[in-house]
Amino acid sequence: METDRLIEKLAADLTPAPPRLVARRIALTALIGGALALVGMLTWLELRPDLMSAMTGMNFWFKAAYAVVLGAAGFRCAERLSRPAGAAGGGVVLAIGAVVLLGAVGLATLMLEPPGRRAATWLGGSWWTCPFNILALSLPTLGLALLVMRRFAPTRLGAAGAAAGLFAGGVAATVYGLHCDETAPVFVATWYTLGIGMSAGVGALLGPWALRWR
Amino acid sequence: MKFQDLEHRLKGLMLRAQAGDGGAWRDVLTVLNTRLTPYFRRRLGAGRAAEVDDLVQETLLAIHSRRMTYDASQPFTAWAHAIARYKLIDHWRRARVRRHVPLDDVAEALWVEADDGGQVSADLDRLLGDLPERQEQLVRGVRIEGLSLAEAGARFGMTEGAAKVSLHRALKALMAKVASRGD
Repeated sequence: METDRLIEKLAADLTPAPPRLVARRIALTALIGGALALVGMLTWLELRPDLMSAMTGMNFWFKAAYAVVLGAAGFRCAERLSRPAGAAGGGVVLAIGAVVLLGAVGLATLMLEPPGRRAATWLGGSWWTCPFNILALSLPTLGLALLVMRRFAPTRLGAAGAAAGLFAGGVAATVYGLHCDETAPVFVATWYTLGIGMSAGVGALLGPWALRWR
Repeated sequence: MKFQDLEHRLKGLMLRAQAGDGGAWRDVLTVLNTRLTPYFRRRLGAGRAAEVDDLVQETLLAIHSRRMTYDASQPFTAWAHAIARYKLIDHWRRARVRRHVPLDDVAEALWVEADDGGQVSADLDRLLGDLPERQEQLVRGVRIEGLSLAEAGARFGMTEGAAKVSLHRALKALMAKVASRGD
C-alpha cells in the first residue's frame, strides 16, 4: 500500500531531530534580528553620546534588564507555543511579573517627584517616538521568528504570534536602550512596555496568517 | 493494550526516533497509521472517504518533518493528536467546509476510538434508529459529525433555535431509553 511505502521511506530518511532544535533556532533569530536592529539603530538613530558614562550608572542596566527579561519571557512562550498543544505558561507569568514590578517602582519614584515635574518625568523627551522606534526595531526579529516557527508545529497561531512579538520586542528594546537616554523608571515602564506590547500585538495579528503550516 | 501502556511504549520509541533510530520511527508511524485512518474516517464522514488516505499521509509527513517539536515533558499521545486535529481542521478549511471539532475531541480520541471492532457504532445505529428521522440526523450532525446547530438545522430548513429544541428532545428521549435498558 502507498502509505506503507511512505512509512518505509520516512523511516529510511530519518535523521536525528532533538527537541533542543526548537530553542536553538528561535535563539538564532534573536542574534540575527538583534544585529539587524543594531545596524538600523546606528543608521537611523544613533548611539546615545553619553553611552560610556551611562554604563557606569544603574539606570542604564535596569532598563536593559527589563528589556532582556521581557524578551526572555517571550522566548520561553514562543518555544512552548511552537509545539502542538503547547501552553505559554511560565513565560506569561514572568512577563506580567516584570511589568507589574517596574510599574510599581515607576509609580513610587514618580510620587517622590514634586507634583509640578511629574508630567515631564513621565513623558521625558521622547515619549512619542520611543514606542514606534521599538516597534520598528522589532520587525527583523519578528519576521525571522515567524519564519522559523512556521517550520515547527504551532497550533495556537495567534498566541504563538504574540509570543514571537514579545520576544522580538524585548530584543528591540535592548538595542534601543543604547540610543535612548531616558532614565526615569516610569518612562521605561510606560513607553518601553507600550513599544514591546505593540510588537506583541503585531505578532498576534500576523500569527494566524504567517504561522499557518501544511 | 491499555492507554497508559501505549503512551509509555510510544514515548520510548519516539525518543529513540528523535535520536535517529529509523526502526523505532517505522514502529511509531505504523502505529499512528492504524490510529489515524479510523480517526479521520469517522470525522470526515462517508461522503469524503476518498480523502482519508491523503489526509493520513499528509499527517504522517507533517509528524515526520516536525518531529523535533515533541519534547519528553509532554505525553506523546497528546502531541500526535494535536497534529492530527490541526490537519483535520486545515483540511476542512481548505475544503471550505465550516465545521467545529468538538471541544471534547481529547487526545484519547485518536487512541481509543474504533478499538471495539464496530460494536459501539452498531449499538449507536440501533439506538438512534428508534428516533424520528429528523431527530436522528440532528444528533448525528451535531454530536457526531461536529456541525454547528445552525448548520445541522439548515439541512431541514429549521432555525437554530428550533434545531436546539429538537436536539434537546432527542437527547432526552435517548437518555430515557438508555436508562430503561439499564434496569
